[in-house]
Amino acid sequence: MAQSHHTTDHSDHVGHAPAHHEASLTAYFVVFFALMVFTVLTVAASRVNLGVWNTPLALAIAVTKAVMVILWFMHVIHSPRMTWIVIISSFLWLGVMFVLIFSDYLTRAFNIF
Amino acid sequence: MTTTTIDEAPFIEPSTTAKRNYINDEYGVMSWLLTRDHKRIAILYMISVTALFFVGGFFAFMMRLELLTPEGDLFTSDTYNKFFTLHGIVMIFFFLIPAIPAVLGNFILPIMLGAKDLAFPRINLLSWYIYMIGAIFGIYVIVTGGVDTGWTFYTPFSTQYSNTHVFATTMGAFITGFSSILTGLNFIVTVHRMRAPGLTWFRLPLFVWSMYATSVVMLLATPVLAITLALLMIERVLSVGIFDPALGGDPLLYQHLFWFYSHPAVYIMILPGMAVISELVAAFTRKKIFGYKFVAFSSLAIAFLGFLVWAHHMFVAGISVYSALVFSFLTMFVAVPSAIKVFNWTATMYKASVSWQTPMLYVLGFIGLFTIGGVTGLFLAALGVDVHVHDSYFVVAHFHYIMVGGTVMAYLGGIHYWWPKITGRMYPEWWARLSALLVFVGFNLTFFPQFLVGYVGMPRRYHAYAPEFQVLNVLSTAGATVLAAGYLLPMIYLAWSLKFGRRAGVNPWGAVGLEWATSSPPPKENFHETPVVTWDAYDYPAFLKAMKETQNV
Repeated sequence: MAQSHHTTDHSDHVGHAPAHHEASLTAYFVVFFALMVFTVLTVAASRVNLGVWNTPLALAIAVTKAVMVILWFMHVIHSPRMTWIVIISSFLWLGVMFVLIFSDYLTRAFNIF
Repeated sequence: MTTTTIDEAPFIEPSTTAKRNYINDEYGVMSWLLTRDHKRIAILYMISVTALFFVGGFFAFMMRLELLTPEGDLFTSDTYNKFFTLHGIVMIFFFLIPAIPAVLGNFILPIMLGAKDLAFPRINLLSWYIYMIGAIFGIYVIVTGGVDTGWTFYTPFSTQYSNTHVFATTMGAFITGFSSILTGLNFIVTVHRMRAPGLTWFRLPLFVWSMYATSVVMLLATPVLAITLALLMIERVLSVGIFDPALGGDPLLYQHLFWFYSHPAVYIMILPGMAVISELVAAFTRKKIFGYKFVAFSSLAIAFLGFLVWAHHMFVAGISVYSALVFSFLTMFVAVPSAIKVFNWTATMYKASVSWQTPMLYVLGFIGLFTIGGVTGLFLAALGVDVHVHDSYFVVAHFHYIMVGGTVMAYLGGIHYWWPKITGRMYPEWWARLSALLVFVGFNLTFFPQFLVGYVGMPRRYHAYAPEFQVLNVLSTAGATVLAAGYLLPMIYLAWSLKFGRRAGVNPWGAVGLEWATSSPPPKENFHETPVVTWDAYDYPAFLKAMKETQNV
C-alpha cells in the first residue's frame, strides 16, 4: 500500500545503527567461537557432579547460547524496537506458562487447609 | 428513545453501486479459487464456515432428539459420544474460531483501515486452503466413523483407549490451527503498516482494536495447541511417554497444555464478537462509544488476562489446592474488562437515538446473553461452586451463553449489518427481525433449562438420564427446534436478497467508518483514491462533513 509509510515510525530502531548496517563478519566469527566454547563447557559441566546445581548450570549455559543466537545470528540486536517487543513478549508468555504450570506441580505437597 | 428508520437516516444516496466491483470484476471458478482479494477470500470463508455450522448443528440436533426421553433409545452411548465430540470439534475449530475474524474481519478490516488489501494477500488465500485441508480431515472423520474423545482429546483416553479416529481428528485441528495463526499474523501486520493517512491508533474503530487483540491471542496461543496435539499424536502412534504415567508421562500436563491454548481460544471466539458489537452499538445509537479508550484497552486486557486463567478447567482434575486458589482468583479479574465493555455499550445507549434494525436486536441479545454467560462463569470460577456443578449441564449452559448467545449472535448481527456492503443489497427487514426473535427465544428456551437441570445434578455427556430431568430436557429440545428455524431463516432470505433485495447504496445505515465511504459492493481495490482520515472514531458530524467535502458519498 502506497501510503503505508505515512504511519511508519522510522525512528524506532534500537540504538543508532540502522537496519542495513548489520554486524560485521568478525562479529559472526566471534559469536560462533563463543558458542563453541559454551558447547565444550556444556560437555565439561556434564562430567562434574554439582548436585542440585547440575540442571541450573546446564540451563544457564543453554540460555546464554540461545541469547547469542537470537541477538546476533537472528539479527535481533540490529532490529527495530517492535521486533524486540515481539520477542520479549513471546518469552514473557512462555514464562507465564511455566510459572503457572509450576504453581501446580511444585505445590501439590502444600497442605494449606 | 426515538426510532430512526433506514429511510430517515442522513447522508443516504440512492443506488450508487459501482459498475465494477469485486464481485463482477472477474468471472469463473478459478477467479475465486485463486483470488488474492481479501473480500473474495472472506466470501470463500463465509460459505465454508456456514456449511460446517450446519454440520455441527446437525450433531447438536441429534443430541437434543436423543435427550427428549430419559432412556437411551435413539442412539447407542458410543454413537452419542461421537455426536457430542463431533459437535464440539466442528463448532469450535471449524466455525466459532474462524467465523468472525476470517469472514467479517477479512472483509471489513482492510476497508476500515483504508487499505487495498491485507498485508499478505497470498498468505490470506493460503490460510483458507489450510482451513479447508483441516476441514477435509474433519469430514473424513465424520464419514468414516467419527471420534469419541470429546473435543478436548483428554489423555489417557485419547492416547491409550479410544479406537476411533483420534489421529485424523487431531491432525485436522492441528492443520486448521495454522490457518488461524496466518490470519492473526496478517491482521497484526496490516493494522501496524497499512492504516490510511490520518488514521491514528486512537481513531481506529473498536472493531480493529478487538480484532488486533484476537490476532495476538491467535498468534501466541495456537502454536501451543499445535505442539500439544503433536505430542498427543506422538504418544498415541509411537508410544513415547509424554502424558502416560506408565511411560513416565503426566496426564495433567496434557490438560495444562491443552487449556493454555483452549481457554484463550474462548477469547479468540468472543473478542471478535465484541468487535462487531462495538460497531453495531455506535451505528444504531448514532453516538460515539462511551469510554472509547476503556473499551479499546479492555480488549487487550482480555487478551492478556485470558492467558492466566486456564486451570479453572481443571479444579477437580487433581491440580494442587494452592494452584486452584491462584487460578480461581485470577479468573475473577477477566470479568473486569468484559464488564467494562458491557457497561460502556449500555452507557452508549443511554439517551441515544436508538434504531431497532435487525443488527441492533442482535446487539441487545448479545448484551443480555453474554452477561448471563459471564456471570455464570464467575459462579464456575468460584472453587466451591465449581466442585458442585463441574461436568454438569450448568457448565454446558454457561459456555453456550458465551459461544452461541455471544459469538453467534454477534456474527449474525455483523452479517446483517455488513450484508449491504458485502452484497450491495438490503436484506428483508421484517424477516430478519423475525429470525432474530426466533434465535433469541429459541436460544433461551434451549439453554436456560440446562442451567436448572445442571444445577440439580444432571451430568453432561450422557445419552440417558434420570426421569425427573425430563421436563427441562423436553423444553430444551423444543427450544433447539425454534433455534434451528431461526438459523435456517437467514439462509433463505439472505440468498433471496442477493437477487431481489433493494439496492443498498454507499451508507444505508448512516454509519461512521471508512467501509461506509466506498461503494456497495466495494471495488476490487476498495477505494478509488486513498482516503485521508480527518475524523475520530464514531464522530458523526466530522465524518459527515468529510464525506460531503470529498464527495465520497
